[in-house]
Amino acid sequence: MRLKAIKKLMILSLKTVLLSSITMQFNYALAQADGMGQMQAQGGSAPADARDPHAYSDGYTLTEGPYSQPGPRQLILADEYTFWAVLVDRLEYQNDSEATVYDFQAWYGTTYDRLVIKTEGDIAEGRQEESSTDLLWGHALNAYFDTQLGVRIDQYYEGKDRQWLALGVQGLAPYWFELDVTAYVGDNGRTALAAEAEYELLLTQRLILQPRAELNLYGKDDPENSLGSGLSDLSLGLRLRYEFNRQFAPYIGMEWTRAFGDTADYWLAAGKERTETQIVAGFRFWF
Amino acid sequence: MKRSTDLSLPNVSRRQFVQGLAFGGVIAAIPPWLQAGTSTIKGLDSSPVLSGKHIDLVVDQTPVNFTGVTRIATTINGSIPAPTLRLREGDEVTISVTNRLPVPTSIHWHGILLPFQMDGVPGISFKGIAPGETFIYRFKLRQSGTYWYHSHSGFQEMTGMYGALIIEPRLGERHSADQDHVVQLSDWTDEDPMHVFSKLKVQSDIYNFSQPTFFDFARDVSKMGMQGALEKRQMWNSMRMNPTDLADLSAATMTYLMNGTNPAGNWTGLFRKGERIRLRFINAASNSFYDVRIPGLKLTVIQADGQDVEPVTVDEFRFGPGETYDVLVQPQDDAYTIFAQSMDRSGYARGTLATRQGLSAPTPKLDPVEWLTMADMMGRMNHEGMNHKGMDKSATESMKHPGMHSGMTNSQHSNHKMQGKKHAAQNPLSKPSPNVRHASSEYGPSVDMRVDMPSTRLDDPGIGLRNLSQRGLRPQGHRVLTLADLKSIDGVMDDLRPPLKELELHLTGNMERYSWSFDGLEFGKSTPVSLRHNERVRIILQNDTMMTHPMHLHGMWSEIETDQGELRVRRHTIPVQPAQRISYLTTPHDLGRWAWHCHLLFHMDAGMFREVVVS
Repeated sequence: MRLKAIKKLMILSLKTVLLSSITMQFNYALAQADGMGQMQAQGGSAPADARDPHAYSDGYTLTEGPYSQPGPRQLILADEYTFWAVLVDRLEYQNDSEATVYDFQAWYGTTYDRLVIKTEGDIAEGRQEESSTDLLWGHALNAYFDTQLGVRIDQYYEGKDRQWLALGVQGLAPYWFELDVTAYVGDNGRTALAAEAEYELLLTQRLILQPRAELNLYGKDDPENSLGSGLSDLSLGLRLRYEFNRQFAPYIGMEWTRAFGDTADYWLAAGKERTETQIVAGFRFWF
Repeated sequence: MKRSTDLSLPNVSRRQFVQGLAFGGVIAAIPPWLQAGTSTIKGLDSSPVLSGKHIDLVVDQTPVNFTGVTRIATTINGSIPAPTLRLREGDEVTISVTNRLPVPTSIHWHGILLPFQMDGVPGISFKGIAPGETFIYRFKLRQSGTYWYHSHSGFQEMTGMYGALIIEPRLGERHSADQDHVVQLSDWTDEDPMHVFSKLKVQSDIYNFSQPTFFDFARDVSKMGMQGALEKRQMWNSMRMNPTDLADLSAATMTYLMNGTNPAGNWTGLFRKGERIRLRFINAASNSFYDVRIPGLKLTVIQADGQDVEPVTVDEFRFGPGETYDVLVQPQDDAYTIFAQSMDRSGYARGTLATRQGLSAPTPKLDPVEWLTMADMMGRMNHEGMNHKGMDKSATESMKHPGMHSGMTNSQHSNHKMQGKKHAAQNPLSKPSPNVRHASSEYGPSVDMRVDMPSTRLDDPGIGLRNLSQRGLRPQGHRVLTLADLKSIDGVMDDLRPPLKELELHLTGNMERYSWSFDGLEFGKSTPVSLRHNERVRIILQNDTMMTHPMHLHGMWSEIETDQGELRVRRHTIPVQPAQRISYLTTPHDLGRWAWHCHLLFHMDAGMFREVVVS
């Protein structure tokens, strides 16, 4: 019994290492892309002869050395403050499935280290059909990307709840693509990968067209939750919003979703089409 | 041409219309037009004037209305701007500051040489002034000129704590004037500054409503073809940089003020025909660069940052928070508009010079937003390939030299044979080092770009001010002041020793994360810069960001030199343009700890702040 648990744990940690190395590869590729053709104006790593930023201090610090104020440091600026935000990227009604879909992200922390909560789900017929919540520690990887490490909890009204370890990257890729890619390891050798990309096309200063893509991959069949292994589903959305101010914008749009592989079969068995196209309308806001 | 503005507001945009509801400023204060009837024409300004050797200041909360909405400001003696202090060179002054706020406060005397305990930076020079407490500042005035003072605590400066500080020279002014007006530019937001700051942490372009749009792109495609339009954007988009990132805060939240009066309020300075007027321009804004001009009048700049310069006549100048310029004008007509548009062209402060109250001249239109150029992002690397459209003539001339190898400036190239060897043999520090050395801490998440081939030119007026006549935005021959035009009068700079030490620091930031720093290290992670008492030191500041940073070094002068090591002008606040590498010398005569920071208040607070120890 105990041996089994240890074995499970070992496999789990092995997978975590594997996943993190994949993520590292991804980061490396990003860093390479950053540096290319731009004389290393961005990213990269410090050359051996880079200047020591403390070279002019003569060993003094902000609290030690001549003329320093007695006691602990008094001057604390915003680089040491904590901030928080709640971003409701999507809060919308989908006409075909008659469901309300939400997609929030909240964070609390400093410039480089944050507690991040992401939650996505849908409510239909007055009940929470399914939801997925990530609880992550975000840490700055480079100027534009954070690594995110934590857990994900999936809850289903019909089906079986799942817990996952999560490791991902989120940030702004060259050409202004917002990316969010996370790999997951669950129990019984389950693995998953979720990827999301968004782009903002400013038609005017306030009228913004937002293409969006999201896909999910699973390592194993999960019949209880109607998920097949491999590429499970892909959604492409196009939303047009009007920013009354930068923090509040109603939108309308289209969302196209297609199921693949076994997931498609589960969908068909449940009387759903494997491809869905629907009109959405909602609000995007943050505070 | 002149007309009364009491009812008609030229160029009324939606925002100015809102501003027009209020005459402006502190609600309890007497409006300037009322003062006009009671005071003499001489020295008429919005703020009361205090002089002598003993000054009492009280910091308190005061309701104000700049936009039609009442807000609580932090004020000094109940006015915005704070009282103008007119002091005398050589005097030992005693200034008592009483804090009636519920939070600690402080006052910093910007540009004044004094013992560090009197410099007024909480946590560096002293503890700050606790609520209910009175702090006595006492120092001898060792200089003369136009300066200012402001809170150095939190965002109090942004909510109203700033005033003019004029020190009359012991031996009389070098230039006589019949009228003497302080023109203090500032900015105001109805929002809580901390809230504004935290919004920038979430979305740093939240106040930028001049962003590139799809229709701009379509326009460019029809003008320059698909390839041209794509090329124009390629570098920006691949690097995730915004070519209209000219200011963090715009008129979307700021109201721009002249002597505490909004544009509709039309602050008016009076003169009699034929008089010579001295205008003491002070940029007391929290976060706004201003481009100032008075259509119809030549501006003869006679002082920069309180220090006399060889007079230079221009039509327009740009200055950032912390900088001051004294200007002589000789109006012939009855009314002129003092027009100060914000660098991002989202709004303006405006006032009038007139022979009597109620007159006004036309208010110019805001200039269109000009995209930053590749040179602003990358320094010199793209000069060869780019068209020189955005450059003034001298800039173009100086770029024509071929063979810009790394680490060699244009002028150096031409002068290399004549001077290079001679100087090198004498003293390797006779010229500022052209070799870019990034700090090891510039390769992390705190820095979104680094410049490898910075420009060392001082004659670039900067984005939005280049080639104005050719672009049809100003009359022919319009001249904009540049740093290269400024030369201190003989005798102003007294230390002619060559530097013994050279320090290089880079101005860095990450716009997406809204983080600002020196060398990629925000204040909390930094260590002080240690200088030896009375030693002559060279400081090289290289700007690795796309914004202009007005860099203010407390407690000692910053004496700008050319890339050839020629001393030019003494300043206390130096604007460093994007991708520019600027060099200055200093001699720390006063022991202690001093602040050194970007005077854009939000950049300072985000961490572009260092301590300097003189021991």
